[in-house]
Formats: sequence, structure tokens, C-alpha cells
Amino acid sequence: MTPMIEIRGVHKLFGHLHVLKGIDLTVQRGEVAVLLGPSGSGKSTLLRCINELEEISAGRVFVDGELVGLHEVAKGNRTVLHRRRDEDIARQRSRIGMVFQRFNLFPHLTALQNVMEAPRQVRKVPKDKARKRAEELLGRVGLADRADHYPAQLSGGQQQRVAIARALAMDPELMLFDEPTSALDPELVGEVLNVMKDLASDGMTMVVVTHEIGFAREVADQVVFMDDGVIVERGTPAGVIDNPQEPRTKDFFAKVL
Amino acid sequence: MDVPELIHARPVPRPSRWIWAGIVTLLVLTLAHSLVTNPEYRWDVVGQYLFDPRILAGAQWTLLLTVGAMALGIVLAVTSAIMRMGTNPILRGVAWTYIWFFRGTPIYTQLVFWGLISVLYPRLVLGIPYGPTFWTISTQDVANAAVLAILGLGLNEGAYLSEIVRAGLNSVDKGQWEAATALGMSRGKTLRRIIIPQAMRVIVPPTGNETISMLKTTSLVLAVPFTYELTFVASAVGNQKFLPVPLLIVAAIYYLVITSVLMVGQHFLEAHYGRGFDGADSPTGKSRAMSKRQQAILNAGTAKAGPYLDVTP
Ligand SMILES: Nc1ncnc2c1ncn2[C@@H]1O[C@H](COP(=O)(O)OP(=O)(O)O)[C@@H](O)[C@H]1O
Ligand SMILES: [Mg+2]
Repeated sequence: MTPMIEIRGVHKLFGHLHVLKGIDLTVQRGEVAVLLGPSGSGKSTLLRCINELEEISAGRVFVDGELVGLHEVAKGNRTVLHRRRDEDIARQRSRIGMVFQRFNLFPHLTALQNVMEAPRQVRKVPKDKARKRAEELLGRVGLADRADHYPAQLSGGQQQRVAIARALAMDPELMLFDEPTSALDPELVGEVLNVMKDLASDGMTMVVVTHEIGFAREVADQVVFMDDGVIVERGTPAGVIDNPQEPRTKDFFAKVL
Repeated sequence: MDVPELIHARPVPRPSRWIWAGIVTLLVLTLAHSLVTNPEYRWDVVGQYLFDPRILAGAQWTLLLTVGAMALGIVLAVTSAIMRMGTNPILRGVAWTYIWFFRGTPIYTQLVFWGLISVLYPRLVLGIPYGPTFWTISTQDVANAAVLAILGLGLNEGAYLSEIVRAGLNSVDKGQWEAATALGMSRGKTLRRIIIPQAMRVIVPPTGNETISMLKTTSLVLAVPFTYELTFVASAVGNQKFLPVPLLIVAAIYYLVITSVLMVGQHFLEAHYGRGFDGADSPTGKSRAMSKRQQAILNAGTAKAGPYLDVTP
């Protein structure tokens, strides 16, 4: 079976700033991969390359076997790379859910409207159907009674759970989380992690950037440690977190744990 | 539960308030006295002409010019602001040039120019340049003075409003673009559904200001020449009767009334677009301690922390 994500030799440059320096990573269907690493090591950038929020500078990213952002056209005996059209990229993105550190809910829409927006606008789902599904999803993240609240009327933890419901409304086959609990007060972290754990046990494929080591230990199938634009070490939580081999990894966990 | 003895402390004395109250009362009384006793005001004439059909028609034309020019201005402003933020370098250049030209020349000159358009271009032609023509019409037939006045005012206004719209669009957090994009929404959808509704909070107040300013700028259309609007009519009637002062007062009353109505409209628009931003259930929002914008910025968390904010363990 094709893996859900296959990243091959990806580099990313911002001008002269070399941020990703040859990343190879495979995430299987139903797998949870946790990216760990110091700030500025390129974790967010890597995540954003998976749904084409950033264009990669070199290498290939495949999601569900399909090249992201580019496509190869056979021309005689060689292949030529073309950028995908905007609509095509939008279609690819709509199958990948993303959750941001700062929630990025639409503040002028209620929780329910936030969840309904993309299915209505992108998939043209009829209003009744979209509403029913949105109510169901808000129930799933434990916020059925907050449907008519605006984001400003919700706590950070509630906002992040609405953001997860919003991403799920597009029926993604893959979810990306960029430090989903880093902007939360400590007492609100648990409710968001619980929703994520439920998702993982339902078999969702997830790539999670987080500093919650406990979550990584409990949920991750694969832990990836990044530093300075490269993957330094990868493996099971027990291997990477509790028994790191590389000096940089040892150093990092010595500070964190 | 027992309620303890409530505090009934005396407020800090503020004598400056009383001094100011005295000064203002004195000034108001002096002004009121002169308004009543100075015979040059001719309040009887003001009353006589307040509902004069010429004046009423003038007020209507002024209102029509204002609404028409602002409508055209808003369409041009949104279009040119989006063009300037877009990815097409040709359209960016077109928008930039439009704003540069119409902000860079006096409105009076522009209005005179529009008045002369049928001299410069006697015929309007639809066709392919240097190619076949499909349709042609005399400029004077389509462009009467009212159309030219609205065109002149609207084109000028659009250039100013464009900067306001652009500032509004830029005030929306980049995270909003990213969230919509990540959901698979197109650029146009994101603008229409997500960005513009939020930008309106920033765009509406200065646009209200511009509308009120436009109400009075319409008196410049004499340059076209268009001679039915309020200021021209009022001063024409006044000069004819050798009573300029009471007729100017009549005009001022209409400007004040229309401005007041516009301010009420602006208030409701601001309340509408502030919805979801003031943390209250009611769209009008009770908490007024902070300005709505400050609160919104705070609540939406848009102006805080850079996009690369990280919490490092
Ligand atoms: N859009 C951008 N333009 C320029 N530099 C960027 C941009 N995005 C990220 N960077 C830089 O790339 C590096 C990696 O950033 P990031 O992927 O956010 O790291 P992490 O998420 O691991 O903290 C940082 O040095 C950051 O400043
Ligand atoms: Mg990051």
C-alpha cells in the first residue's frame, strides 16, 4: 500500500536561508508521527510543505501517492515538472486538515459557521447537510452547546477544539498539527490532547509538532527529532525519547525532561 | 449573608470642571444672544426658504451626487486595492497608476476636465483599437453634467478609498489567509468570505468619514458645470434676493441633517461588522471601555506575536 506521506530529499530555502536540508520521511496510513526539536529547527516549515503552504525548493513530497504542488509530464523519453494549477493545489489541500498554534478561527463566524464554511464553499455541500455534519463534529469535540458562540466568547482550549472540528469537516485523510497546545494555558492543554488522542485511536493519520513529550510517548508510532533543518534521529518513542543515540538528541531531552 | 457598610466616600473635588462650565455657558449665551438679536440673520427668511422647492431639489441632488460618487468610489477602491495586492504585475501597475494620478491632481481640475470631455472626445467608440468599430455614440448624449459630476467625484474618491481598503485588507491577520487556504478555499473565496468581512471593521469608520466629506465636496461640481446642487442653488437664490446669510443658513441646516443621518447609518454598520469581535452576545456590544477596534484586535489576537512565535521548552 502507498504510504500516506512520502517526503524525499526535500530542501527549503527562504532567499539564502537554508531551512530544510534534505528531509526524508515516510508516514504510513493510520500512523501518528510526532516531530520534536528546538525552536527554529524547521518543524513548522516541513509541516507547511506537506500541504503546499510553502513551496519546496528541491525534492519531492507525495501525499497518498500523488505529487504535492507539482506534476510530472512525460515529454519524449524524459519527464518535465509543471506547477499544479491553483484549483488543483486547493483540491490537494482540502484533503489535508491543518491545525495551527494560534487556532486561526474565523472571528466573524460562530463556531458552527466556522465548521460549515469550507464544506459549503469548497465542496458545495447543501446547507442542511453541512449544518448537521458540523453539529455532529462539534459534539465529537465536546462543544455541542457552544455552536452559536463566536470564537472570542470561547476559551483557548475550546477554540482549538473548534479548529479541529473545522479541519475534520472536510473529511481529511491526513491531519497536520503545528504546536496545537503551545498557546494554551496549562489547564486547557489536556482537553485538546484528549481530542487528538481520540482521533489517533480512530485511525487518523497525523503529523504532530508538539513539545508535549507525554503525548509523544503515549500516542506516537514514530518520533522524529529535527535540528537545524535535518532529521537527526527517528524511531519509536521509547528509542528516541528515553534512549537517544545522537549527542544533539541527548542534549535536547536532557533539557526538556 | 450580611452586607457590610457600603462605602460612601466624597469624590475628589475638581474645580476646573466648574470653571470650564462657567466659561462655556458664557460663550453659549453670548452666541445665542447674537443669533436672536442680530437682525442680519433674518430667521424669518430662513423659515420661508427652508422648504422652498428649489432648495429641496438642491438637497436631493446633493444626496444623489454623494451616494453615486461613493458607490462608484467604493467599487473602484475595492477593485484597485485587490489588484494592488494581487499577483499579476500588470494589474498591480494599473492600480498604482490610477491611485497616483487621481490622488496627485486637484479634484477641481479633474471636474473641469470631465466637463470638457465632450470637447476632447466628441464621440465614444466601441471597437478594437486600429481595428473595426462596432458601435459609436455622441459623448454629449450619454454624458450629461450629472453623470460627469458623479464620474469625476467617484474616480477621485476611489483613489483615496483604495488606500483605506488596502489598509483594511492588510490589517487582517495572515493566519486567516493560511487557515482558509489550508481548507482548500480559493483566493477569491477567501477574500470574499473571510478577509473582507473582517477588514470592514477597519474600513467602515474612515469610509463614513469620507462620505461625510464627500457630501460637502459635491459643492465643487460647479466646475463641471453642474448647477443643481444645494450650495450653488442656495447662494444663487440668496444673491438674487440680496439675502446671502439666511440662505447659507438654510443650506447649512440641510448639510447638518444629512450628516447626522449618515452618522446614525455609520453607527449601525460599525456595530454590524464588529459582531464576533466584542466578546458580547448583542451585536451592539455593551462594553465600551475600550474602543471596539482595540478590543477586536485584542480578542482576535491578530496583532499579537509574530507568526513564528514559538514556545521553546
Ligand atoms: N516565511 C519565512 N521567511 C523567512 N524565513 C522563514 C520563514 N518561515 C520560517 N522561516 C525561518 O525558518 C527557520 C525555521 O522556522 P520554523 O520552520 O518555523 O521552525 P520551528 O517550527 O521548528 O520552530 C527559522 O529560522 C525561521 O526564521
Ligand atoms: Mg514552529
